[in-house]
Amino acid sequence: MRVVLAEDLFLLRDGLVRMLEAYDFEIAAAVETGPELTRALAELQPDVAVVDVRLPPSHTDEGLQCALAARKARPGLPVLVLSQHVEQLYARELLADGNGAIGYLLKDRVFDADQFIDAVRRVAAGGTAMDPQVISQLLSRRSQDKPMGGLTPREREVMELMAQGRSNAAIASQMVITERAVAKHTSNIFGKLGLPPSDDDNRRVLAVLAYLDRG
Amino acid sequence: MTTKQGRIRAALLAAGRGLVLSFASSVGSITLFVLAVLSIAFIPLGIGLVTTPYVLEAVRKHANQRRLLAITWSDVRIPVPYRPFPKDVRGGFTGQVERTTLMLKDPATWRDIRWMLVDMTAGYTVSILAAALLIYPVEGFVLAAGLWRVFTDDRYWYAFVPVDSQATGLAAAALGVALFAVGVALSERLLRAHFVLARSVLAPTQEQELALRIDRLTETRHEAVDTAASELRRIERDLHDGAQARLVAMGMNLGTIEALIEKDPAQAKKLLAMARESSAEALTELRDLVRGIHPPVLAERGLGDAVKALALRLPIESEVDVDLDGRADAPVESAAYFAVSETLTNAAKHSGADRIWVDLHHTDGMLRISVTDNGKGGAAAGPGSGLSGIERRLGTFDGIMAVSSPAGGPTMVTMEIPCELS
Repeated sequence: MRVVLAEDLFLLRDGLVRMLEAYDFEIAAAVETGPELTRALAELQPDVAVVDVRLPPSHTDEGLQCALAARKARPGLPVLVLSQHVEQLYARELLADGNGAIGYLLKDRVFDADQFIDAVRRVAAGGTAMDPQVISQLLSRRSQDKPMGGLTPREREVMELMAQGRSNAAIASQMVITERAVAKHTSNIFGKLGLPPSDDDNRRVLAVLAYLDRG
Repeated sequence: MTTKQGRIRAALLAAGRGLVLSFASSVGSITLFVLAVLSIAFIPLGIGLVTTPYVLEAVRKHANQRRLLAITWSDVRIPVPYRPFPKDVRGGFTGQVERTTLMLKDPATWRDIRWMLVDMTAGYTVSILAAALLIYPVEGFVLAAGLWRVFTDDRYWYAFVPVDSQATGLAAAALGVALFAVGVALSERLLRAHFVLARSVLAPTQEQELALRIDRLTETRHEAVDTAASELRRIERDLHDGAQARLVAMGMNLGTIEALIEKDPAQAKKLLAMARESSAEALTELRDLVRGIHPPVLAERGLGDAVKALALRLPIESEVDVDLDGRADAPVESAAYFAVSETLTNAAKHSGADRIWVDLHHTDGMLRISVTDNGKGGAAAGPGSGLSGIERRLGTFDGIMAVSSPAGGPTMVTMEIPCELS
């Protein structure tokens, strides 16, 4: 799987390259500025891009803007955005086109190599990987509302993991319950939220986020 | 037709106001002028020391009343030039003496007294003229309507018309119509002239204005320095107790792991997990700290999106309307951001609202922000309230804040900061 990596801090870029290579990714390019990233994405056609939000030369949200522009040119281009902080505002912009294949994670998540690599693979496969922080922000905002208040703590937990982009199998192993139990919980959740159930992981996350977004 | 009626109504209103002003100019100014002169003259006798502050206070109120009328009636802005009293004026007789000297040293006091002289003469004339031009014609009409009969023996002068017959009575009425027309045309302007006259005497000279400006700048600079210093202390403390401590603990754990790794791998693994947790927590703390100094979205996107991101984290439904075609200077953006942030936090905590509207726009070199909620109201600005901190923050940039929060709601906080966008 070919990866384009954009990160301006040398140490972090180096670390990411090593980690990705260790998990059998092929690094098509590792760049440090926005313009380089734009060029690399257009020319190399990678399977997935791992991008830092803040990049030179502007040191603002250049990475995010490049990723959004690249996805406009090539809809559904898998992009995993890393950031020192996560903001709902950015998460919404990334999810806005509804094509999926989006990840938005805190940089700290690379501490847990397995989970991070899992997120990259999920995004490359067209799924989503949302940072738990974004999800908990969204959920806490909606917590007073009745539809969310109707969820049991267990269902809420499932809901959080589901919104991050995990599959039923992953949720089951994380919560140490059977997959059938997860499926039951999810169908309960969809019922309570008034959403038609669906097998598509990506669509399911988008539906949840869209519902939360409607607030 | 309606415009004509409107003009006549406006003229009559101006005439009524002129009447009020002429009363204030004659009775008010004359009484206070005499009192002020007497009081100051009696200072050598000692009595004046006690009475002067009261009298001069009354004079200031009188002048401020006129300033208020000027802005509300004719849109003439007359700045207030009085020097503020120092905070440590003593009570009792000594305090009174101190106050007397302070007031007499203030050039604005002498301008007030001079103004009263002008007000009771020229000011009075102008304002009574505004009223008379519309009231006097009534007499002309009454004369023509039949009152002239009373004056058939010795003639009555209506202005320059000698009235002693129906014909001359009608002439008086004609003059009345002419005067009325002039009055409709002029009374509003005369009213304005009265206030312009007052401004020419009452408004501070350029020198005074500069002095006042320097006072204000000194005050806001002190506040800015204090705020910056306490902010630095807070950052230092947060780093010292938070991230720094965690990194030290992490280092210790790593040291222990080094020693244990071969002897007791299981224990070493446990410590490694702890070290990783510490590093994650240190990062979280640093992230919160950064958000408190300069929020990332503000740095990356500017004020509009930063406020939008802020509203998204709010537990209350919110609507953000941004109309800015550029970015302000970083310090202004930051002050505005934190002012909005504190206002929103206040609203979320205390207002009991379930909806908040934020509006940001830039017009005429002024950044205007309003935060409105549908809560229960009762918020107050002023010393001691959380809102005064926001006022101080904005004061450094000559910004101002106003709070409208009647009991029962809604609460609306408006802020204005003069700045240019680029």
